[in-house]
Amino acid sequence: MTSTRNKFELYQTLYRTMAMIRAVEERLARSFMAGLIHGACHTYIGEEAIATGVCACLTEDDSIFSTHRGHGHALAKGVPPNKIIAELYGRETGISNGRGGSMHLFAPEIGLMGTSGIVGPCILQATGAGYSSKLMNTGAVGVAFFGDGAVGNGAFHEGLNLAAIFDLPVLFVCENNLYATEVPFSYASRNTNIASRASNYGIPGIQVDGNDVLAVQAASSEAISRARTGEGPTLIEAKTYRTRPHAEGMSPTGVYRSEKELEMWKTKDPIPRFRDVIISDRIMTEKDLDQIDADVRSVVDTADKEASASPWPDKKTVAKYVYKESK
Amino acid sequence: MNELTFTEATHQALSKAMAEDPTIFVVGEGIGARGGNFETTAGLYEKYGPLRLCDTPICERGFIGMCTGAAMTGTRPVVDFMFLDFILDGLGELINQTSKIQYMSSGRIRMPIVLRGCIGIGHSAATHHSGSYYPIFTHIPGFRVVLPSNPSDAKGLFTTSLQSDDPVLFLEHRELLNSRGHVPTEDYQIPFGKAAVARNGTDATIVALSIMVNRVLDIAEDLSLEGVSLEVIDPRTVAPLDVDTILNSVKKTGRLLIVDETFMPCGIGSEIAAHITEYGLDELDAPIKRLNGAHIPTPYSPVLEQAVIPNKNSITEAIKNLIAE
Repeated sequence: MTSTRNKFELYQTLYRTMAMIRAVEERLARSFMAGLIHGACHTYIGEEAIATGVCACLTEDDSIFSTHRGHGHALAKGVPPNKIIAELYGRETGISNGRGGSMHLFAPEIGLMGTSGIVGPCILQATGAGYSSKLMNTGAVGVAFFGDGAVGNGAFHEGLNLAAIFDLPVLFVCENNLYATEVPFSYASRNTNIASRASNYGIPGIQVDGNDVLAVQAASSEAISRARTGEGPTLIEAKTYRTRPHAEGMSPTGVYRSEKELEMWKTKDPIPRFRDVIISDRIMTEKDLDQIDADVRSVVDTADKEASASPWPDKKTVAKYVYKESK
Repeated sequence: MNELTFTEATHQALSKAMAEDPTIFVVGEGIGARGGNFETTAGLYEKYGPLRLCDTPICERGFIGMCTGAAMTGTRPVVDFMFLDFILDGLGELINQTSKIQYMSSGRIRMPIVLRGCIGIGHSAATHHSGSYYPIFTHIPGFRVVLPSNPSDAKGLFTTSLQSDDPVLFLEHRELLNSRGHVPTEDYQIPFGKAAVARNGTDATIVALSIMVNRVLDIAEDLSLEGVSLEVIDPRTVAPLDVDTILNSVKKTGRLLIVDETFMPCGIGSEIAAHITEYGLDELDAPIKRLNGAHIPTPYSPVLEQAVIPNKNSITEAIKNLIAE
């Protein structure tokens, strides 16, 4: 049984992480409009519960492999907001020293093994992290986050199969937000139950409400315990919705989805939902939660100021890091 | 010093490296108990077991991506791919991920992965088992591309590959696997980017790659009886490419021919010719010449197959024409 104290700490952490992701993403969306972000910016707004719930079960030794929509994963894994904002602003102080931008955030020191501009490879790389863990007997887990768009990709099949046959400690987290960019998953697959595919590989597949952070956390916790005790990989399908466009600057609705659908999903926003749970369970008061919101906004404001004032990378270093020897 | 085959020489390097470094593991199809299609891992499964000699399903993209992730997280995978043609299914992983992750992560993640296996034409293997493709990988920043031509170099270069923190393509010409040569018994490394002057001469410089080194050396010996003195250079790695050794040789000979079994357009010969023209034009007494395999998919019939590869006659003729320029 979770003690009251542990429950308080867990709920506080989960709420704060979700609030932080939301605040950073809202800031980045404004910065995009202001022309401060030089490349693409895919926000995670509406999906915060998934990264938050999964990463709450991980340690710094566990590796996560993320997507083009990866700011939330980076924040949930512990990357400070100023490092992410500075990276998107193209600065030397960014988490990838200005070499990556939004889609190539890396913090291997704490197990963020990259966000990515290509759909699918993260599934294979997380499988590889599981292989390293098994070979070196470290107990670490590899986690792949990917969308419904990756499910029709060969990497999904090959990665799940390899992880299954080698009993690797891997968690496959499919964030099913119903659309791959603007292609509906109902069009892209004859079987829209992603979790059911796990049976093809002889591994457990679990469907959860991806907008319920406690459900995600509980399912992940169980899957990660299984992985750590040598019982192999799990596929989690977390059903969710992004309430902003695929990328900033695009339209949130259009031929592919309606205003009505968008508004319906906004009523399932994971943050107010969790707020209600915390208050009704008397874990924290509304005032406590408002205080967390205010703290988070203040951290993000400071982070943004720091990022904006940070130096640009030195052009002379542009060829650094292609090979180890050039360091 | 022992006389070993090319495959025995790389096996010696692999076996020693695996004994010393528990993070090294090999993946591939039939590299476990079977010991590898070309006996590259013979006997190692019995010593190191299924986790370090990992048989895979036929899913090249999958296991290249998996090994990329493993290399990112502290182990040193060796992908034994059998034929280079097979890993084209993993080209996206290699070019978008394996080669770029060190850069994208600003050097905080290393990529100690070796991809080893066959290239080259022979045995009527036809066009899905004869590809060389190394110019493609040489074009991409981030890779080391190794082309050994003899057992001794194969051992030293493979030892270096197994200790590299950069991704290495170690490409072994199939027709060389059973070739024999003297191989030092001790442990040694050959650095990447250091060409070998395989034969000293004064009349012309012949740069040859992989199996063509052996063919050109035989011809150079024959032509020496006619009074022709050829310098033969084996770059040994094409990424990095030791252009300095080639340029120094051209300064001496004034003439350059590049002999390469694979395709001419945008190839290694093109790169060498461009470099020597740019930095050594005044040293040249004749236009730079290239002799390549035909720019067509590899045919099956032995008669047709032989027709696409530079052979004794075509190489000799190219050398004589160069000298006569």
